[in-house]
Amino acid sequence: MRELYSQLKQLFPLGELTEQRQDLAFVTVPQEHLRSLLLHLRDREGFTHLVLLTAVDWLEDNIFQLTYLLTNREQQRTLGLRVMLPRDAATMQSIHDIWPTAATYQRELREMFGIAFPDSPRVDEEFILEGWIDIPPYRRDFDTLKYAEENYSQRPGRVTHDPAEHMKQKLYPGGT
Amino acid sequence: MKEELQKRVIKGPDGVEFEVEPLRDYYCEAPPTVMPGAYIQIVEDLFNWARAESIWILGFGTGCGAIEMRPLMTPRFDAYRYGVQWRPTPRQANLLMISGYLSTKTLKRAIRSYEQMQSPKYVVGLGSCTINGGMYWDSYNTIKRLDDYLPVDLYIAGCMPRPEALLAGFQDMKKLIRAGKGEGANRYAENFDWYKANQKRVIHDWDMPDYSW
Ligand code: SF4
Repeated sequence: MRELYSQLKQLFPLGELTEQRQDLAFVTVPQEHLRSLLLHLRDREGFTHLVLLTAVDWLEDNIFQLTYLLTNREQQRTLGLRVMLPRDAATMQSIHDIWPTAATYQRELREMFGIAFPDSPRVDEEFILEGWIDIPPYRRDFDTLKYAEENYSQRPGRVTHDPAEHMKQKLYPGGT
Repeated sequence: MKEELQKRVIKGPDGVEFEVEPLRDYYCEAPPTVMPGAYIQIVEDLFNWARAESIWILGFGTGCGAIEMRPLMTPRFDAYRYGVQWRPTPRQANLLMISGYLSTKTLKRAIRSYEQMQSPKYVVGLGSCTINGGMYWDSYNTIKRLDDYLPVDLYIAGCMPRPEALLAGFQDMKKLIRAGKGEGANRYAENFDWYKANQKRVIHDWDMPDYSW
C-alpha cells in the first residue's frame, strides 16, 4: 500500500495514509481531485470495484465525511478515499458515470444525510422513507427519541432496567 | 399524491378525451359497516365454532417475527394439524399477523391488506415491538402500539416468541373466536374515524383511498 501511496502522492495532493490492515488503507482527498483519482485508480491501478459509498456526520467539526471504498480484486486489497465536505448545503459531484451503482448510494445519502448530488439519476425521488417531514434522519442533530415521542403514541407502563442491577436483584434478592 | 392517482384528462386510443379520477373511479368510498350477528344466538355460536376451526393467515411478514412462522409451516412444528394455514393473498385470509416491528411504510401496506380481507377477520400482534415498540421504542420509523391503528385481538409476547408460543396463541385465538369475542372487524367499523385519524397521524403521505376493499 505504501508503494501505491507514494506513487499517487506524486500525482494528487493526498492526506496522510491510515493503514488499517495490510490490505486495507484510507486516505483523504480534496473534493476537487476525487474524480480524477477515482478514474486513475479504476483505469490504471485495477481498483475496479466500488464496494460502498457512505457518509459520516462529524457534527462537532461541521463536516460530512464521504468514504468511497474501492477494491482491487486481483491484488485483493482495498483503498478507502475520504472526502471532507462542509456540512452546510453539502454538495458533491456525482460519480454515477464511473460506477452506475453509485447512483443508488447517492440517492440514499441524499435522503438520509441530505447531501446533494446534482445530476445523479433519480436522486431526488424517495428512496426508503415515505412522506418524511423532518430533517434527514441520519444527521446527528436529528433527535430520534424526540421525534418518536412527538409522532407516535406510546403505551404507558414501559420501564427500563439496568440489566446488571436487575439480574442481581433477581438472582440474589436481598444479597449483595 | 402520486401522479397516477391524480385526476386528469386522458386521450383514448380512439381519440376521444375523457376524465379519470382514480380514487373515485376505482375505489368504493363507502366506509365499512358493522356486521350484525346471526338472528339467534345458538346459530351465531355455531358460526363461531366453525370460524374458530378455520384460521387462514395472511402470509405477510413485517419484522423479525416473520421468520418464526416458517417453522410452523413445515413439519417440525406443523401448525396445519390445528387447522391453521397460510394464504398468499388477503382475499383468502382471515387472520393478519403483524410479526414484529412495523415501520410506517409497512403500516400503509398492512392497513390496505387488512381492509381487503373479508370479515370476520382477526389481527394478532407478535412480539414486544407490536405491544410497546420493543427495542425500537425510540425509532423514528416504527409505530409503538399496534392497537392504535388496527383492531388487535391478541398479542403474543416475546422477542421473538417461539413457535410453541405461537401455537399456544392460536389456541387462545380459537377460544376468543368461539366465545364470540373475535369482533375486531366490527370494532374497526364502529371506530373507523378514530382508526383513520390515528393512521393518518403517522402516515404523512396518505395517497390511498380511506378504505380499500
Ligand atoms: S419483538 Fe424482537 S424479534 Fe420481534 S420484531 Fe421486535 S425486535 Fe424483532
